Amino acid sequence: MDVGKIFAVGSRERMFQLKARRDAGLDSPRWQPPHYFTCKKCERRATRQTWAGTLYVCPNCGHHQPIGGYYRLSMVLDHGSFKELDADVQGENVLDFPGYDEKLDAQRAKTGLSDAVVTATGKVGGVPVVAAVLDSRFFMGSMGTAVGEKITRAVEFAAKKELPLIIFSASGGARMQEGIFSLMQMAKTSAAIQRFQAKGGLYISYLTHPTTGGVTASFASLGDITLAEPDALIGFAGPRVIEQTIGQKLPKGFQHAEYLLDHGFVDQVVPRGEMKATLTRILKLHTQGRKHGA
Amino acid sequence: MIKDILKEVEELDAAITAARDAALAADPADELMGNEHTAPDLEAMEARRDQLLNSCTELTAADRVFLARHQGRPRIDEYIDVLFTDFFEQRGDRQCREDPSILGGIARYKGLPVTVIGHRKGSNTEENLRYNFGMPGPEGYRKALRLMKQAEKFGRPIITFIDTPGAYPGKEAEERGQGEAIARNLAEMSGLTVPVISIVTGEGSSGGALGLGVANRILMLENAVYSVLSPEGFASILWKDSSRSGEACDIMKLTAHDLQQDGIVEEVIPEPLGGAQRDHKALFTALDAALERHLTQLCKLGGKALAEQRYKKYRQIGL
Repeated sequence: MDVGKIFAVGSRERMFQLKARRDAGLDSPRWQPPHYFTCKKCERRATRQTWAGTLYVCPNCGHHQPIGGYYRLSMVLDHGSFKELDADVQGENVLDFPGYDEKLDAQRAKTGLSDAVVTATGKVGGVPVVAAVLDSRFFMGSMGTAVGEKITRAVEFAAKKELPLIIFSASGGARMQEGIFSLMQMAKTSAAIQRFQAKGGLYISYLTHPTTGGVTASFASLGDITLAEPDALIGFAGPRVIEQTIGQKLPKGFQHAEYLLDHGFVDQVVPRGEMKATLTRILKLHTQGRKHGA
Repeated sequence: MIKDILKEVEELDAAITAARDAALAADPADELMGNEHTAPDLEAMEARRDQLLNSCTELTAADRVFLARHQGRPRIDEYIDVLFTDFFEQRGDRQCREDPSILGGIARYKGLPVTVIGHRKGSNTEENLRYNFGMPGPEGYRKALRLMKQAEKFGRPIITFIDTPGAYPGKEAEERGQGEAIARNLAEMSGLTVPVISIVTGEGSSGGALGLGVANRILMLENAVYSVLSPEGFASILWKDSSRSGEACDIMKLTAHDLQQDGIVEEVIPEPLGGAQRDHKALFTALDAALERHLTQLCKLGGKALAEQRYKKYRQIGL
């Protein structure tokens, strides 16, 4: 084990690693009977330790399971570089939707998140970046006012500090319980991305399972570079709605990452194991070496 | 329910017209003979109709959803005809196809060249089908963007009319990037250096409405609605029961007055009693005045200031 990993960690990094371990289902400090997790596709059962060893990619069928926000950041960011942004921003019951407050509390208790996105600064392969991860365990990663605000602040922060931006999307779309305010977050986040890109900022959009609705129709589709995880469902309308509308069965693999690759909406489909190396390569291509005219 | 009131009002309207025609066509000899039986009837009917219409001042959100979808509401073609002159339609996205569910082109507004774009629904079943009920595919949004970028190039203000049940959820629409097309419009519209005014005229549902609606000013007709999703979709997602849409209407805060209170809509355009379908002319007069006022104000701002104002408008919505 890397000695630096034991001694060079501050309390911030320790907290982050604890959250990441919690997301990965490995948070108990004491011995416990094995905790099993079953692949959602092939139903292969294995212990959490086995799953964590493969980054929650099924050792049997290669299916990429959805994972939590901190856990994904721990896979991507260099050790010791994580620094969370706007951790205190929380959603509110803007429409006085009955029962929404209680549901928000329950989701917070269940996931340890304040809302459906974690934003942070850190380094990827030594390159400083701003990163945001939507977490599908919290209200299906849906975008309400808190997600819209945190994403926008992260984009504005990246613009101000002239840092590359990476957003990992996983979302059911706009959050219904916040009504029109959720819809307007699409315009707000897209406008922020537009400004950031007009200033020369690099935005890498990483689409993970599932990315749909209002998130697909806003920041997730605006990347300078768009990557996707294998087999991830990516689309605007959900497959059931489309089947009801057109009265036909959809072809196999419709709206999956590889399908989008074929139709020209994704640069590359990148397996989770190659995620960090791929991001590092792209970042270095943009930040190192001479520039034309420089 | 407004539906029942309107039904009765329409029956009375028909009866009144028929009675008037009968009176006009009546033999003058009848009058000399003292046969005036139609006259009191007419007055009573008119009184009843006015009483019914006056009860329409306090409408529920569900009533407004009904009115917003009324087949007799003015459509984009009519708005263009009445408010603008010299309309020149532009078609096609220059990539794939022409999407008729969005209508757009150049026109003059009181002499000033502007670009007009809007959802096209049609006013009868045949037209509804031809225009896909105002549900655009990605080509429609890309055509709209092409027209807007051109407007920016030539310094024309942009006026958009929003009336859609949502972007079309179809197989080809997905394959050609419905989400990407809307996202691109949101991003590009936010940075335009010409005035953008959006008018929500009927139902504005989801990203399909917003894709034409990132504006400096949003005007909304009194009985139009604007929401994250149709009330039916909302109810079916949250309660797995689309028949609870009435309940959804009350919660969603989708009426023009709600949205004005929330700071999303700048001005509510009053409609005639009983809805815009009853008197198009009265509506156009009110809308024309508001549009002219907002456009004059915006035309005083420079390109950078317009983009900045638009950014700020959306930046402060939410937390």
